[in-house]
Amino acid sequence: MSPFAEYAISALLLFGGAFTLVGAIGLARLPDFYTRLHGPTKATTVGVGAIMLSSVIYFSAIGEGIGISEVLITVFLLMTAPVSANMLAKAAMHIGVETVKDTKGKPWEQ
Amino acid sequence: MITVALYLTIAMVTLAALLNVYRLIRGPDEPDRVLAIDTLYINAIALIILLGITLNTRMYLESGLLIAVMGFVSTVAMAKYLKRGSVIE
Amino acid sequence: MFDRLSFPQPWLSLVLFTTWQILSDGVSGGSAVLGFILAWLIPQMTHGFWPERPAFVKTWRMPWYILRVLNDIIAASFSVAWLILSPRKPQPAFISYPLKLEHPLAISILASTISLTPGTVSADVSDDNKTLLIHALDSSSDEEIIDAIFNRYEKPLMEMFQ
Repeated sequence: MSPFAEYAISALLLFGGAFTLVGAIGLARLPDFYTRLHGPTKATTVGVGAIMLSSVIYFSAIGEGIGISEVLITVFLLMTAPVSANMLAKAAMHIGVETVKDTKGKPWEQ
Repeated sequence: MITVALYLTIAMVTLAALLNVYRLIRGPDEPDRVLAIDTLYINAIALIILLGITLNTRMYLESGLLIAVMGFVSTVAMAKYLKRGSVIE
Repeated sequence: MFDRLSFPQPWLSLVLFTTWQILSDGVSGGSAVLGFILAWLIPQMTHGFWPERPAFVKTWRMPWYILRVLNDIIAASFSVAWLILSPRKPQPAFISYPLKLEHPLAISILASTISLTPGTVSADVSDDNKTLLIHALDSSSDEEIIDAIFNRYEKPLMEMFQ
């Protein structure tokens, strides 16, 4: 394997792991449900995407062909993350989950 | 070098999964728990991919794809259940 | 009989066919035949669920839009990561965004884009499809966010769906 591929794979792996961790820290640390929604939908999706990309590079560098399944998983996660975030936000507004005190504006009722 | 990066990444993703479990247990509301499970399955997919690189096989990718599909459907079902009290009207 | 052999949604059929080839790891005779059958069967079965044909006119603009969104997703994750790790408390806000788009598909694309990009998650669409409720993780002024969304995402979408 060429050293360039090795550097790229290691960098992408660490980047992806760091973002997944940051998403989880956001989930554990932020004050209310609506702010917690931000961590997983963005950071985790990007983190897993970077890990997939490193897997694609790894398997094509050792000569097992280009992995299309990884790309499919990544595209699927990118498409579904906003939908599930939206559904959960709607459910939370319906139940009336409390927001942090200094939130500007209010969720509607309909 | 890849081995070191790989083990570091596995450690970080596992720590992330533990933080998700913390949120899953702590709550305080149902949407929080569903969100924690949603993040947990995405982390599980990442761990499966990392396992595939460690063991040098692409066999596990299919299961990652299945978890992605099933996880999304179950998150949507849970969200609908929380909102309407039933999944299929 | 022969009208049943048609493809009511050519784009959906094409996507289904390509996805099936990818899932079966490469094109072969069997996967092409099965993919063709699925590309015919699934649009026929789900025909009733699609309310109306999307009025896509300028499809060739789509790749540019996707590239811009991908670029913004990466930028967004950095800003969200910074907000999560910094000790300062974020200033969350609910913002009502006035929609100018009318087509339901365009609205759902815009809502998904908003969820994936800088510090905002779309929470709900009002029943008359005129307002979008957005939750922002850190907002100093509502107008700034509304302007940014309009100029970056809604305008290109309006040009695509006319």
